[in-house]
Amino acid sequence: MSARMPPEPVGPYVIGWAVLLLLLGLSVLAAYEPIGPIFQPIVHFGIAATQTAIVFILFMKLRGRPSLKWVFAAAGFFWLMFLFGLSTVDYATRSGFPLR
Amino acid sequence: MFSGRLQEQYTDSTQQSETAQLGMWVFIATEVMFFGVLIFSYMIYRVAYPEQFRLAGHDSFILLGSINQALLITSSLTMVLAVRAAKADQQRALVLLLGVTAALGLAFLGVKGFEYAKDAAAHSVPVVDYIFKPGEHRPTEIFWCFYFVATGLHAIHLSVGIALVLILLVRASQGAFSPGYDAPLEVIGLYWSFVDCVWFFLFACIYPLGRAGP
Amino acid sequence: MSAVDIGMAGAVPRSYLGEEYTLASWLFTRDHKRIAILFFVSITVFFFIGGFAAALIRLQLLNPAGTLFQPEVYNRLFTMHGIVMVWFFLIPSIPATLGNFLLPLQIGARDLAFPRLNLFSWSLFTFSGLWAIYFIFIGGNDTGWTFYEPYSSNFANGHVIVAAVAVFINGFSTIATALNFVVSTHRLRAPGMTWFRLPLFVWAIYATSIVMLLATPVLAMTLALVAIERFWGVGIFNPVLGGDPILFQHMFWFYSHPAVYIMILPAMGVVSELVTCFARCPIFGYKGMCYALISIAIIGFFVWGHHMFTAGISLTSAVFFSLMSFIVAVPSAIKVFNWTATLHNSRISFDAPMLYALGFVGLFTIGGLTGLILATLSADIHLQDTYFVIAHFHFIMVGGTVSAYFGGLHYWWPKITGKRYPEMWARYAAILTFVGFNFTFLPQFILGYLGMPRRYYTYAPDLQTWNVLSSAGASILAVAYALPLIYLGWSLFHGKRAGPNPWGATGLEWRTSSPPPKQNFPRTPVVTELPYRYDPRDGSYTTQDGVHFAEPTLGEASV
Repeated sequence: MSARMPPEPVGPYVIGWAVLLLLLGLSVLAAYEPIGPIFQPIVHFGIAATQTAIVFILFMKLRGRPSLKWVFAAAGFFWLMFLFGLSTVDYATRSGFPLR
Repeated sequence: MFSGRLQEQYTDSTQQSETAQLGMWVFIATEVMFFGVLIFSYMIYRVAYPEQFRLAGHDSFILLGSINQALLITSSLTMVLAVRAAKADQQRALVLLLGVTAALGLAFLGVKGFEYAKDAAAHSVPVVDYIFKPGEHRPTEIFWCFYFVATGLHAIHLSVGIALVLILLVRASQGAFSPGYDAPLEVIGLYWSFVDCVWFFLFACIYPLGRAGP
Repeated sequence: MSAVDIGMAGAVPRSYLGEEYTLASWLFTRDHKRIAILFFVSITVFFFIGGFAAALIRLQLLNPAGTLFQPEVYNRLFTMHGIVMVWFFLIPSIPATLGNFLLPLQIGARDLAFPRLNLFSWSLFTFSGLWAIYFIFIGGNDTGWTFYEPYSSNFANGHVIVAAVAVFINGFSTIATALNFVVSTHRLRAPGMTWFRLPLFVWAIYATSIVMLLATPVLAMTLALVAIERFWGVGIFNPVLGGDPILFQHMFWFYSHPAVYIMILPAMGVVSELVTCFARCPIFGYKGMCYALISIAIIGFFVWGHHMFTAGISLTSAVFFSLMSFIVAVPSAIKVFNWTATLHNSRISFDAPMLYALGFVGLFTIGGLTGLILATLSADIHLQDTYFVIAHFHFIMVGGTVSAYFGGLHYWWPKITGKRYPEMWARYAAILTFVGFNFTFLPQFILGYLGMPRRYYTYAPDLQTWNVLSSAGASILAVAYALPLIYLGWSLFHGKRAGPNPWGATGLEWRTSSPPPKQNFPRTPVVTELPYRYDPRDGSYTTQDGVHFAEPTLGEASV
């Protein structure tokens, strides 16, 4: 383990960096497009999720064989779905909020 | 803090490094829940008061937010390159890249501070210094409250990250890291990239609102 | 006891207690066993603080005139009782003391994955505990442990932010411990120790840790928002400003319901250990027990709305939460059936730990069944916010968790301290606990059914008999809880020396000396047997060749 290894290629990381900046630009452009209140969060959060996936897979090295790391990486997001989903059942079917 | 020697409950340094990374992933899962519930509360109010949130979001400074995102994205690159340098035993590159990472983080904080000053000048600070723009009502305060809480917490997390990277920098300049021992770099690299990811979602919450249309 | 192979030839190594005696060696230790004892001391202090508040509450409720304390003081008392007992006693109790001590031993490791993080967890806990004590000192607050909005931010009397800070910091202690447990269980198991060879206590601690990790951050954020709203007056949860108070409840209970599973799952793990050992029998349905633990942990995240049935959530979501609350009872019931089946046709010895375990099974069952009653929407309309709810959760937390905690404490006391406690005194204390507990809390079911609201400093005069009975029971309980403090303390100085395996039990923790040496196992254990391999003919555990010890590797110290 102490042997010096040839450095892994820089290319993928730089490409990833460029793609992330591109997605940022896309997000900014989309902000100025009238895509409507339903698509707007979908587009912007979709871009954020894509950027996160790139960082997770490329920079945080979540690749290769599926492993325990993947389970923990996904666990938080998966669990958030329960929070979002079950609470939304209440908000979607309740008439008392918002008041005005 | 990072002793570099094999701790007695591990059989070899690979197991120790892998275990440390696993621990950081577990911690990241808890942070996802932490920021996630905040974003959840934000989404509830955004859906409840779409017009008010659009009006409020319009006053955020998308240029500064974008610059900040670019800074963080670049810092993620330099951080992962720093880890790469350690694995390749390129000590000088390691120190340099850690320094650039920390500098980019500090630059983010600088821009953020500048942005907070501009927010204050625009009277967007709830309760403390808040003026309702035409058409705005109370729910816009909720947007701005979310803005300060979320970006404030993110800034705190980033500051912790910067401090950790600076500690790594000092250790690296003393030659502490090698291809055989780079666990702290990997682990803090994970944390750093995660803080970057949080900003992607905060950006999507805060900046794109209210810019389309008339 | 027959000669136990504990992997040591010749002299027994120095125990972890004897490694160093300085205060610094304790306060800055990285040894999980010492950290467990640090936690034990801390939570015992809080147990008696919270218990003292309970005593004052029961004194107040002796008569309906309610003149012992001012109403405002009474509100602060039950708030303090709840906050201290939930976060500073119950949640850390089994995981941070027994879990910290036993998890590495039971998986055959030398320590947890991150020993310094473990110490940091205790430091955080202590820091949060100091905040809690400061909070009590300056008069506490009157929100109840649930911090309901908008009362807690806009109208509460007292120090809400201080309480929120204490609990916030406490949460990070929990997260640190849980992270350590999860990673250690995955990565540091001894050779041959596969998942389905692990003791159920390890499974229980693991399931608990998963819940801790996923739920506690949500509490942290929720309380941070409460503190921010109180300090700055923004309208996150304030309806006047456009906020939704029920959002607070969603966020709060998303954590706090799993929190009760944090409190009960480790107790279930302890009970599985006790029942198998003192019935001299393998657990009935081992895999079912494992799956039940995981199911409870997961499904427990889907039921939080049952705390909000009368708060104003929609009927649709209420029906869903009610259904999920019924479903979560199923794996719990499976566990009760399996413990009972384990006891069937076995050789039961009524040692003190077993008495606590048997008490657990009965009391937890009552608590669980009354939980089903509360999960029923129509019944909950009447029973919500009454003493029925209080009785229900005290049956689970006190009749359940505290019983299991005491049972585990007695069971593992010889291992932790190297001393035997006086058995007869322990049995008296266990029986007294059971009697005192039932006198305290059974009347409260009746009171709730008769309509006595919770968190009131007074009540209708015709309810006095039941209240007096409850308070009398509480005084018995107080004695029963004080007794172990006395005789366990006595045993430290005058108890008989304990051998490695005084109970003749299975489990790796019994394959090392009592108390263990600092590195737990001088030679790495190698496991080839399933857990709970008691001989079905006579209940003995003498064929101990399911565990052998590897030769010391280079650089590894042998005895």
